[in-house]
Amino acid sequence: MRKVMTGHKAVAEAMRQIEPDVVAVYPITPQSEIAEYYAEYVHDGIVHTELVPVESEHSALSACVGAAAAGARVMTATSSQGLALLVEVLYIAAGMRLPIVMALANRALSAPINIHCDHSDAYLARDSGAFQIFCESAQEAYDYTLIAQRIAEHERVRLPGIVNLDGFALTHTAQVVEPLEDAVAKEFVGPFQAVYPLLDVEKPVTWGAFAMPDYYFELKRAQQAAIEEVPAAFLAVQKEFVRLAGRPYAGFVDAYRLEDADRALVVLGSTAGTAKVAVDALREKGEKVGLLKVWLFRPFPYGAVAEALGHLRHVAVLDRAISFGAMGALYSDVAAALYRRKDRPALVNYIYGLGGRDITVEQLQNVLVELPKVRPDEALRYIGLRE
Amino acid sequence: MPSIKTLAQREEKEVRFTPGHTLCAGCAEPMVVRTVLNAIADPVVVASPTGCLEVASSRFPGTAWNVPWIHVAFENAGAVISGVEAAYKALRRTGAIRRRIRFVVFAGDGGTYDIGLQALSGALERGHDFLYVCLNNEAYMNTGVQRSSATPACAAATTAPVGDAIPGKPQDRKDLTEIVAAHHVPYVAQAAVSHLIDLANKVERAMKHEGPKFLNVLTTCPLGWRTPRDSALVQSKLAVETRYWPLYEVVEGKYKINYKPKERVPVEEWLKTQGRFRHLFRDPKGQERIAEFQAAVDRHWEYLLRKETCFSGGEGGQG
Ligand SMILES: Cc1ncc(C[n+]2csc(CCOP(=O)(O)OP(=O)(O)O)c2C)c(N)n1
Ligand code: SF4
Ligand SMILES: [Mg+2]
Repeated sequence: MRKVMTGHKAVAEAMRQIEPDVVAVYPITPQSEIAEYYAEYVHDGIVHTELVPVESEHSALSACVGAAAAGARVMTATSSQGLALLVEVLYIAAGMRLPIVMALANRALSAPINIHCDHSDAYLARDSGAFQIFCESAQEAYDYTLIAQRIAEHERVRLPGIVNLDGFALTHTAQVVEPLEDAVAKEFVGPFQAVYPLLDVEKPVTWGAFAMPDYYFELKRAQQAAIEEVPAAFLAVQKEFVRLAGRPYAGFVDAYRLEDADRALVVLGSTAGTAKVAVDALREKGEKVGLLKVWLFRPFPYGAVAEALGHLRHVAVLDRAISFGAMGALYSDVAAALYRRKDRPALVNYIYGLGGRDITVEQLQNVLVELPKVRPDEALRYIGLRE
Repeated sequence: MPSIKTLAQREEKEVRFTPGHTLCAGCAEPMVVRTVLNAIADPVVVASPTGCLEVASSRFPGTAWNVPWIHVAFENAGAVISGVEAAYKALRRTGAIRRRIRFVVFAGDGGTYDIGLQALSGALERGHDFLYVCLNNEAYMNTGVQRSSATPACAAATTAPVGDAIPGKPQDRKDLTEIVAAHHVPYVAQAAVSHLIDLANKVERAMKHEGPKFLNVLTTCPLGWRTPRDSALVQSKLAVETRYWPLYEVVEGKYKINYKPKERVPVEEWLKTQGRFRHLFRDPKGQERIAEFQAAVDRHWEYLLRKETCFSGGEGGQG
């Protein structure tokens, strides 16, 4: 049944259907509503979840790690400064191979403090070992929360996963969402399989051992092997979900009007919605433009990105965060994806939307129009900035 | 109350912390860990933050732990055990787990008084059912004897060295036991490695209570205190006899000093045996500082006596 709900409500609904054994969460704008909705479910007694109302995000993820190692299904959510505070534990959750799914309401990092959207929090977690998915809409936030749970718990993966949804643009905007029936969602997610649970007192295990130079490297190599299993799991789970829910998802990226295009934008998250309108408007005028939206940001789908962009002449990669002193993170990934191809498009890097600065259809159209004239170099270009 | 025989019998049946660790010769930590674990009859799950015990017991691919054990980071043992206990509650509710399991944290003073205080306070306030044991050796030993807020005044630490301008640690130690007691949790106590039966009794009494239980155990470190390797128990005993480390408990808000030394042994007797205080006996101002140290010990003892008078009626304990 179709319903109108915010991105937050969509994520909370998915969490209610997943019904984790433990949710440990700490509020922060713009994520707080997820914590609040879930607290309501617990206080109304409609889920069996043990809610741990922790005193910080660091403790939120630490409690999740303890609970996941204990043998429970666990979830959490955060944003911005909260992500920054817990990032130490995120690396640990990945190193300990714990399938914890975390919604990240994307928000700028301080200073100056700012509660609005950009992707600096997601980029901070980029190398943590958690897989990351970006969502364009509240519907995607709902769908990919369910999908992420399955990927995280996949026997060959067993890693934490982050579901990114743009702060305010998605978290607080009411959209039409079509959730699955509870029973269907529960069946899709399935029962939780604990691996070496701490609570199995008959078979004591040591979790979080320390490793010296004689083992550390091999253990980290094994962790890389685990994240390399994500793409296969992603495709399989996505396919199963599409069969069930009939959504238009196919693969790691959403290639929009790219087949016969000569120019395109590459974006993450809700900006894709705006970009599709810009592309459609220019197409009306006969311009051969398109868009690549990246769903799976980590592990980065180099092959799929190269495949989708290889035939173009000009590509603008839009990063919603500065990687200070370097090109944007998404740009660097796209450049690496295209490097091995003989014919490759000219690449330009744009920075946009920091701290919630609006990005408009017109601005995106302008980027596509000016693109053939822009010299592809290592200079960052800025959209919507007063200089 | 468990006798030495019961403790030994339990260990014979199930060695929970095995000798396969690399703690220093003469370290007091394993005595505390074994005594606490042997004093609990139920199955246990243990969490430890980063520190000497963690590093010395869990080098991959080996382990000294024969019970389920988890380490996550330095500042979060309180949160980790909260999560483990929450998982247990949820899985009991669904029927996935039926047996009774007890939860224990062994953490250093750094992981408790300093960087882990917030996570501990949160876990206490939320009322998780667990026993938190602080292995208080009064400094960051694992990383090379740096000062902590448990380090006593004047003691030399590598981040509070004995310099010409500032001789050792200028600040007094934090009274963490009272901070924990202020959370009004069911059971709070101080114990010392020299008084193992008292420690075992405290564990047994603590485990009768639902909710958070806290034990601050003076756990001597010959390396960091710069005392002979075979001195851990002597050092601990002197700390108790000089009233530097009172053995007391706060049960449901009621105070009881478990041991009141008959004679007043000056704290100097304890200070003079440790390398970390050696400068006090060489420096011309040393006697003044020792007098201040004694005054602080006396004040604290008086404070506890008054608390005992005002809030008395605790269970158990031996005089
Ligand atoms: C966030 C963080 N900061 C610092 C450290 C370094 N570190 C590890 S153990 C430790 C000291 C441990 O001291 P304590 O808790 O008293 O335990 P002990 O080794 O004395 O038994 C420090 C500073 C760390 N691992 N993590
Ligand atoms: S440094 Fe001290 S606490 Fe650490 S193992 Fe050695 S004696 Fe024990
Ligand atoms: Mg210490």
